[in-house]
Amino acid sequence: MTAVETTYREALREALIDGMEADDTITLMGEEIGVYGGSYGVTNGLLDRFGAERVLDTPISEPGLVGTAVGAALTGLRPVAEIMYIDFAGLVMDQLANQAAKIRYMFGGQLGVPLLLRTQGGAGRSAAAQHSQSLEAWFAHTPGLRVVLPATVNDAYHLLREALTKPDPVIFIEHKGLYTRKGDLDKDAPDGAWGQPVRRRTGSDLVIVTYSRMVFECLAAADALEAQGISTSVIDIRSLNPLDMSPIADAVRAAGRAMVVTESCLTAGFSAELSARITEHCFDWLEEPVVRVAGEDIPIAVAPDLEAQSIPTAALIAETADWLVTRRAPQWAG
Amino acid sequence: MPSNRPLFDLYRTMRRIRTFEERVGEMFVRGETAGSMLHLSIGEEGVAGICAAMADGDAFTTHHRGHGIFLARGGDPVRMLAEIGGKASGYCGGKGGSMHIADTAVGHLGANAIVGGGIPHVVGAGLSYKRLKTDQVALAFFGDGAMQQGVLYESMNLAAIWNLPVVFVCINNQYGMGTRIDKATANTAFDERARAFGLNGALLDGSDVEAVNAAATPIIDAAREGAPGFLSMTCYRFHGHARMDKSPYRDDTEEAEGRARDPVAKARGVLIERAEAPEAELDALDRMIADEMDTALEAAIGEGAPDIAAMFADVYDPGELPPIPVRQHLAAILGEDR
Repeated sequence: MTAVETTYREALREALIDGMEADDTITLMGEEIGVYGGSYGVTNGLLDRFGAERVLDTPISEPGLVGTAVGAALTGLRPVAEIMYIDFAGLVMDQLANQAAKIRYMFGGQLGVPLLLRTQGGAGRSAAAQHSQSLEAWFAHTPGLRVVLPATVNDAYHLLREALTKPDPVIFIEHKGLYTRKGDLDKDAPDGAWGQPVRRRTGSDLVIVTYSRMVFECLAAADALEAQGISTSVIDIRSLNPLDMSPIADAVRAAGRAMVVTESCLTAGFSAELSARITEHCFDWLEEPVVRVAGEDIPIAVAPDLEAQSIPTAALIAETADWLVTRRAPQWAG
Repeated sequence: MPSNRPLFDLYRTMRRIRTFEERVGEMFVRGETAGSMLHLSIGEEGVAGICAAMADGDAFTTHHRGHGIFLARGGDPVRMLAEIGGKASGYCGGKGGSMHIADTAVGHLGANAIVGGGIPHVVGAGLSYKRLKTDQVALAFFGDGAMQQGVLYESMNLAAIWNLPVVFVCINNQYGMGTRIDKATANTAFDERARAFGLNGALLDGSDVEAVNAAATPIIDAAREGAPGFLSMTCYRFHGHARMDKSPYRDDTEEAEGRARDPVAKARGVLIERAEAPEAELDALDRMIADEMDTALEAAIGEGAPDIAAMFADVYDPGELPPIPVRQHLAAILGEDR
């Protein structure tokens, strides 16, 4: 099949449709996913297409609905529970971290939880402090949960299709700033294998390791750096668990410099994990410390300028890369 | 093997629970349990009346005080005690223990140590059974502590709006750890809460196992037809919360009154009074059960510990990427030519 241009949102919907047609145990449940069509429109039309038995609108009961999905996963269905905003994770962490993630282990492998939790996070829409966070590290810190974050349209489709076949719980985190983004979808050609980082751009001076919407900020920064004569690789890890470090280590050893970029805030974020692992695997090859450009350690404000400055921008990424490679300090370095 | 004497059968189940739990206590004193997080259900044996109203294939989740429920639904005492001892031959290979025991063969979807944590799972099971058109009911057993957890009410509401084959069962033993129920809630008429959500609801006297069985049966039967229900069985936790608890929060008078409402002794008395079972037969049954549990305890103690290598199995499906052991991670960094 040849690639067709579509949006991230459409690619996600296509994946749900194709997945549900392939497996009739797939059952969607969540708030406003049916009649309303999904808060960001991903499930629009699925109620008409698959009926109310497979597309369940739930009351506003996140722990109840995720716990229900866990129980359905234990007894023959493949539930897709949608949590409208990842910020509501605080309401459901018991069902995810203590229940879904541990059931297989606690019960000695007798039961598995093929649960897919769809949610979305990220800033960019003035949704303020309780609707804009990047909380993937909460899940990545829990053994038993797979965590994937698609950036491209093609990944939105393929990672979701694959997640719908997994025997273990998958936390599938979309980015609210990507739903309308266009890109090519080729249903026969995934960007890469499950759990494998993908190099989105190749360069020789520096490797930037990132994921989700920051992939595009990093690519824009790399273009700007190219004009300054700095050749940059951008690696999209796509999945926090599983994660194969070897392609990242290979790239960093070749370049000798690495930078990690995440939208999630700096302290104890997944950027720290990536930085530590790169340092461990590449210490003898590194010419500079592995630096992190990450979200500020503050809540997200509603004012557009404050929000925009709370997370990395292409300009900040490029300035930091330039500083790292050429030791030219940016203006803000004072 | 059921007899044509329903109360005799219920008595046997209750006596087995009582004796099993006594052996768990003994196992702890002998230092043979994995840890001290052992929650005995002595005094709560009336739950046998609810378990007897379930059908083969019905599923259930329990709280952390669930040995008796599992035993009543077909749990094997040797494998249960082996799990409590953290042995490889236990139901969960020694990974779950007393608080996380499960057996898919008898519909046990898992004991849970988060208060209320297993309650919504039966809503999901009910959803599966309705969708897959099976004839099963799913029951969540939990303590009165969970009556103050929000997820219970979300679960009741979902079961009610979707007409699921689900029954919520509160074992009201009067205490959430050391807090007596009247300090935890202003209204202990729990059936009213269930009815407020549109469920069938009943309060049961846990000292009278026949009455428990009689009241639970129509609630479970109705759930099988899509009318979810709720049961609250009043009883008294004879011992402390867990093995190390000496119950400083209650006095001897209260304990004596609570222990006087003994469902096992009451059923025994009724069987003799009605001449359904002579005392000699009951004595013989008790001895047989004591022998069964003694043998089970020694067998479980004799079992082996799990292989250390098993610790990395069952985090994910066997066909998926396993976790990377720390030593392997270190070897990948320090073992290379540096």
